[in-house]
Amino acid sequence: MAVAAPPSRVLGASLPWWLLIAPALILMLAFYAFPLAEVLWISFTEPEPGLSNYERLITSEAVQRVWITTLRICIITTVITLLAGYVVAYALSSAPPRVQRWMFLFILLPLWISVLVRAFAWVTILRRQGLINEALIGAGLIDEPLRLIWNEFGIAVGMVHYMIPYAVLPLYASMRDIDPRLVPAARGLGASRFEAFRSVFLPLTRPGIIAASVLVFIFSLGFYVTPAILGGGRTLMIAEYIKLQILDLIRWGLGTMMASTLLIAIVLLLWALSRIVDIRRVFGSG
Amino acid sequence: MDRSAQAGPVANVLAWSVLLFLLLPITVIFPISLTDQRFLSLPYEALSLQHYVAFFTSERWLSSTWQSLVIALASTILAVSTGTLCAIGCWKLSTRATEIVRVLMLLPIIVPSIVYALGIYRLWIRLDLLDTYTGVILVHGVTGIPYVVITVTTALANFDPRLEQAARGMGASLRQTLAWVILPRIMPGIVSGAIFAFIHSWDEAVLILFIASRALFTLPRRMWDGINENLDPVMAVAACVMILASVLMLAVDLWARRKRSE
Repeated sequence: MAVAAPPSRVLGASLPWWLLIAPALILMLAFYAFPLAEVLWISFTEPEPGLSNYERLITSEAVQRVWITTLRICIITTVITLLAGYVVAYALSSAPPRVQRWMFLFILLPLWISVLVRAFAWVTILRRQGLINEALIGAGLIDEPLRLIWNEFGIAVGMVHYMIPYAVLPLYASMRDIDPRLVPAARGLGASRFEAFRSVFLPLTRPGIIAASVLVFIFSLGFYVTPAILGGGRTLMIAEYIKLQILDLIRWGLGTMMASTLLIAIVLLLWALSRIVDIRRVFGSG
Repeated sequence: MDRSAQAGPVANVLAWSVLLFLLLPITVIFPISLTDQRFLSLPYEALSLQHYVAFFTSERWLSSTWQSLVIALASTILAVSTGTLCAIGCWKLSTRATEIVRVLMLLPIIVPSIVYALGIYRLWIRLDLLDTYTGVILVHGVTGIPYVVITVTTALANFDPRLEQAARGMGASLRQTLAWVILPRIMPGIVSGAIFAFIHSWDEAVLILFIASRALFTLPRRMWDGINENLDPVMAVAACVMILASVLMLAVDLWARRKRSE
């Protein structure tokens, strides 16, 4: 059809469709891409042009501490989330359809609840006079309330809770594609339940594991709400550090440098992920 | 059939513990909102609606709820109208250029809000849009577009492109083809996109810290301040109001799908 048409006619035919794309494209360029580019620009130009902001990655101990704290918490979160998510995805992939529906509901429901509401709920559960401490003291198990919040433990609980559904979905997608006869075949050949799992099932889910880890890690890196509330300002992760630089200390150079580094790290991770697995298949092809 | 591929009892117990952990925060909020105490706790002696009364008679909470609603509705309209048309245009053309457009449209769910917040804060200072409805609606609308593009693109994948060609071939204008042929067929995708976009704005808590300060105080913003300043049980009521709005939307989505498939 269009193959034989001259270029001008092709352009004429596609012009109306480009007009449909235009409003969203203009909004996105003017009010998203442009301000984002400006963040990168500012990081190189304020307070003076050059790489002085980026030098702080090497020279400033405070900046390094924030990055190390962030990476530590993100790695812990990713590992715990993957273990929990794997168990759920495994049970999900072998459950009968009726049970599966309930499990899906439980996994997807938290996704519909505001991050802020969930962080607030964790505050009520974990704080000094929270539900857990009250219950433990009431039962006479402890005398002093445990410190469950406003530290890295609290942040990890809140983040793991937020991330689990995002890990389950790609893991489940990779398990669903496994031929259900493989594990029984291995068992039939004399493998124990654990051996069959370790040498047959687990290697086949490797793409799902990689995709889930990278996704969870990326989401964790730039996470703001949960660490800010459950960390109580005592454990600074990068997103909250950026907010402090801009809104409280008005140090645009440092703030935008940290934001740019965060963005670059995420883009690099996504790029690496796309080289290893087909991103479109990560969530089971939509 | 041999079911030895099924998860063992240990795996099942672990999986269900994780699922209960997922549900825990949602399930404690409702009883806490009904507490008879003056502080955040489970009800001691009786259930009480006192904090609901406090919420629904508080001018501050009500005005926040109202502002959140107005902003969410307006930004949803913006995101749905532009996002749907964009997805249709990209679907029809399917060239390398439109692939780039699609990736661009997904940026807001890849880039952390905190990074974008700096840029838009700076731009709004310059354009004098800080703390205005226009400013917040534009920001929530633009960041809501990805959800619409994703759901509409998915819906279009099941739409037979020959229907569009047939309509055009029989002399229908682009406008007529859109209104009578394409849009009705992808309506479930549009509705889902609208619901995602609405909830995105309704729950948004990071950008609002930067682009609004006094005049605009959305529900998440007021909760944020409350958590950091004084934890009183009215907050649990506000949390329930936010959850109920999301669940209501989810129910509308399910209902629309069911109605569609009847």
